[in-house]
Amino acid sequence: MKVSIRVNGVAYERDVEPRTLLAYFLREECHLTGTHIGCDTSACGCCVVVMDGDKAVKSCTMFAVQADGHEIMTVEGLAQGGALHPIQQGFWDQHGLQCGYCTPGMMLTAYVLLGQNPNPSEAEIREGLAGNLCRCTGYQNIVKAVKQAAEVMRQPAPAAQ
Amino acid sequence: MIPAAFEYIRAHSADEAFAALQKHGAEARVLAGGQSLVPAMRFRLARPAALVDINAVRELDYIRLDGGLTIGATARDSAVERAPWIKDTTWSLLHDVSRVVADPVVRQMATVVGSLCHNDPAGDWTTAALAARAEVLVRGRSGERAVPIDEFLVDSFTTAVAEGEIALAVRFPGSGDRTAGSYQKVERKVGDFATAAAAVQLTLNADGTIKAAGVALSAAGPCAVRVPQAEQRLVGQKPTADLIRAAAEAASQKSEPQADLRGSVEYKKHLAGVLVSRGLRQALARLGVQA
Repeated sequence: MKVSIRVNGVAYERDVEPRTLLAYFLREECHLTGTHIGCDTSACGCCVVVMDGDKAVKSCTMFAVQADGHEIMTVEGLAQGGALHPIQQGFWDQHGLQCGYCTPGMMLTAYVLLGQNPNPSEAEIREGLAGNLCRCTGYQNIVKAVKQAAEVMRQPAPAAQ
Repeated sequence: MIPAAFEYIRAHSADEAFAALQKHGAEARVLAGGQSLVPAMRFRLARPAALVDINAVRELDYIRLDGGLTIGATARDSAVERAPWIKDTTWSLLHDVSRVVADPVVRQMATVVGSLCHNDPAGDWTTAALAARAEVLVRGRSGERAVPIDEFLVDSFTTAVAEGEIALAVRFPGSGDRTAGSYQKVERKVGDFATAAAAVQLTLNADGTIKAAGVALSAAGPCAVRVPQAEQRLVGQKPTADLIRAAAEAASQKSEPQADLRGSVEYKKHLAGVLVSRGLRQALARLGVQA
């Protein structure tokens, strides 16, 4: 089936089998390997991408054909013009990762969370990230990273997006 | 794993979806949020020959307050969770469920109606639908019909939706401002299936006696289980600690869980009673009643 999916602003027109999962489409057709595949049970959240700007979805649990005509943002779409997104900067500054496997999903879930709630409490951040698993950090620094990003993004400075 | 191959049909209206289901019969499945179906297909537990995708069917993406509450087949869990009126006491059972079903990312795709149609033994929406006495609107060859939830939930992963039919919406009846509920769930981690869970909903009379009661359990049988013994005990009575204890005891007896890594049969039966007790207390507290 022919699909046209905009990924990070670029239109990808491909002929895919309906059973192609979006995560595999992104990695193998778009060569955007920042989207990780961690589990087969939609439990881990490593594969989270943003659909239509305001929805975090587990891309291993939807078919690429479902994204036909939609806009997808992967972790590669966060940085603009070589400048890290405040969420990425937060993870960098606060050491929000160790092995990095869960990080793309964490950051994109946080992206949608901060879009809906620009000033989340620590509890709201923890609740919002509850669908994403990390085996390294113990989550402390991930929460700090998102908190820092929220503060930066709330400011009207040019660095904020 | 990669799912087995299937034919993909994108419906743009309920009519188109129904026609496709009629054409493909038992081999077809409806794809709404897909948060249970796609993992089942990845494990090859499900191998539908055709998927009828209803995500583009705009007419089914709604949540309507119409005296009761009607939720269309493609309305997401997260839309229920974020609805401005969901914090009204009368919808407190559904509000509770919308905050603990699956995980926050899965809720952005998952649908209430899809969860009812999946009918997992440890489902959350199925249990709440029992306690709230919902009905499901099903479209079949002879038109639309409203199926009471007790008839809708047939057995594990089996519902009253027959071959070629489609569930269009679920309707929760309105019960007025003296109604509150509670959903109590014990899970090992966010997104895990419930170890045990209980849904309760109470409506009080002006004199403080219980006018209507719904009590149901998750992960306590082949699918969500109503506890009529508890409901009958509660109706007509003034809420007291003894009454709550009796209802909890009835729930514990009714529970028929399976032993697994989440706990033993004995533990889960005990938990069913504890959760009904906590749920009743919380529902009453939401109505300003201490018991």
